[in-house]
Amino acid sequence: MAAAPQQAVFAGDALDDARRIIARYPEPHGRSAIMPLLYLAQSIDGMVSQDALREIGVLLGITTAEVEAVATFYSMYRLRPTGEHVVSVCTNLACKLRGAEAVYTTAHEAAGIQQGAERSEDGVFTIHEEECLGVCDHAPAVQVDFCNHDDVTPVRMRELVASLRAGEVPSPSRGPAFASFKAASRALAGLEEVTAS
Amino acid sequence: MTFEPRLTRNWSNPDAVGLDGYVAAGGYAGLRKAVTMSDADIVEVVKASGLRGRGGAGFPTGMKWGFVPRDTGKPTYVVVNFDESEPGTCNNRELVEREPHRLLEGTVIAARAIGCETAFIYVRGEYLWQSIVLERAIAEAYEGGYLGADVAGSGTRVDVVLHRGAGAYICGEETALLNSLEGLRGQPRLRPPFPAVEGLYASPTVINNVETLMNVPDIVERGADWFREVGTEKSPGTKMVTISGKVEQPGNYEIALGTPFRQVLEELGGGMLDGATLKAWTPGGSSTPMLTAAHIDTALDYESLSAAGSMLGTAAIMVMDESDCVVDCAQRMVAFYAHESCGKCTPCREGNWWATRVLARIEHGYGREVDIPLMHDVGKNTLFRAFCALADGSASVINSSLQHFTDEYEEHVRLGRCPLKDAPVAEEVAVS
Repeated sequence: MAAAPQQAVFAGDALDDARRIIARYPEPHGRSAIMPLLYLAQSIDGMVSQDALREIGVLLGITTAEVEAVATFYSMYRLRPTGEHVVSVCTNLACKLRGAEAVYTTAHEAAGIQQGAERSEDGVFTIHEEECLGVCDHAPAVQVDFCNHDDVTPVRMRELVASLRAGEVPSPSRGPAFASFKAASRALAGLEEVTAS
Repeated sequence: MTFEPRLTRNWSNPDAVGLDGYVAAGGYAGLRKAVTMSDADIVEVVKASGLRGRGGAGFPTGMKWGFVPRDTGKPTYVVVNFDESEPGTCNNRELVEREPHRLLEGTVIAARAIGCETAFIYVRGEYLWQSIVLERAIAEAYEGGYLGADVAGSGTRVDVVLHRGAGAYICGEETALLNSLEGLRGQPRLRPPFPAVEGLYASPTVINNVETLMNVPDIVERGADWFREVGTEKSPGTKMVTISGKVEQPGNYEIALGTPFRQVLEELGGGMLDGATLKAWTPGGSSTPMLTAAHIDTALDYESLSAAGSMLGTAAIMVMDESDCVVDCAQRMVAFYAHESCGKCTPCREGNWWATRVLARIEHGYGREVDIPLMHDVGKNTLFRAFCALADGSASVINSSLQHFTDEYEEHVRLGRCPLKDAPVAEEVAVS
């Protein structure tokens, strides 16, 4: 007989984080915590692993299949190996009208990713074609690790990729920068320290 | 466009993002008044104001609140729809970036109106920074006594829970949003029961858009007659518009409902980019039927746009000029619906997938004569044939582009290429 499955992803501090997330929702509606828990898993592993799906199921008292059904529905959960940085380029109409296709093509060239592939071989970048990011007033809109970069040109896209490759964190057009896809995922789980300013 | 700005009146004040600055600018006066009023009186003043939902459907807000039964023995919930994802729309983003407390104030007033102790704000995941702005505001509001156990000295409790989405347009549809918030796939629910009766956790629930709720504090403080001083009889108040695409000054602007599109384009949008000629525009996001240069004098309000064959929607105006190919633009918009279809209904799941490919082959010169009647057929058989309005949005793109630009579709097929582009694309690339 195999031993009872270990909690490998949600252990130690991560387990405390998970319990804090579940406690946000009124009893007995802990299942509502599934989305932030998926972000938490992503912040630990850089993707949502099969282990994480199973462990979230254990935490919430539901099956792995129920968790996976949710994880596969939403495009911001990555169930495959993902770059250290995720560069999202909106190509929807408002951005397309302002030249987004060239920005998207340039992102692939600069990161060394063939059109159709999504991750660079060195594991640094994942390029993602986005639907509307809600920054139509500053099109073409790009997000680097979910931080906004406005009015991006192909030249600016090359600069962004070069600075990420050099280990720098480019300053976003609004809000603070997150240093990586993992760090942004932790903020998406609602675990950034937020104090009344 | 002479009116006192309402939702944007503090946009030049950078302190309005914080609690002290918001209060110094007159903020939370609506809530302080609301705690002295009965639930029924709050609902009544919002009804009398004629405020209609700003998220797209335009349903009267006070009436929505009035549908909530109070005798079920279950808790009631307010859910704020901050899933702003309609292509071309970004005014909720800027409203929250600049004045998050106005949203919290409207939310707490709505909570009081329906006896709700726990409100949820559903923010689209991509609005990470805006969700942090809100988290900070929520923390301030708890410290300042505008949230928590004793809201504005009323002795009643209102808590706010922030919930982030994860990249699904469909979750802006209110019943899909509820499923998402309950930890399920974001697929729409059958109605009835309507959310007012059985919404979140099968309890009575009001779901309101961000801009809608941000109108509420002023309505409570200043009254329904004041609200009606701007706008039209049936579309009172102001509306945030987003203008994007081929204009000189893309941006979010507040207009009086009923302002003609020409005025918005020329005075706020700064006119066409590089002096180009207007060809087509969406009045309310990609889901609203596109209009043409012939409609430039259409007033932007619920009734006038309906009469013109379109909708106010989210008032997200995307502007295309003579160099933009309508087939290409329609193809990109329909590809969005194909990507975002939740998969529940066949006309949407399959129809959008195929329509994306047929439009691509027309655009790239591989279209056949039968493709144009085929697209008419797809548009006709998608509209109102699916569970929710997502497929209707796609059908609106197809139907309106065919209606206004049939010649352009036919020219693609006749020439075997896009008349506005030089370089042909290989067939396997074009329709992949």
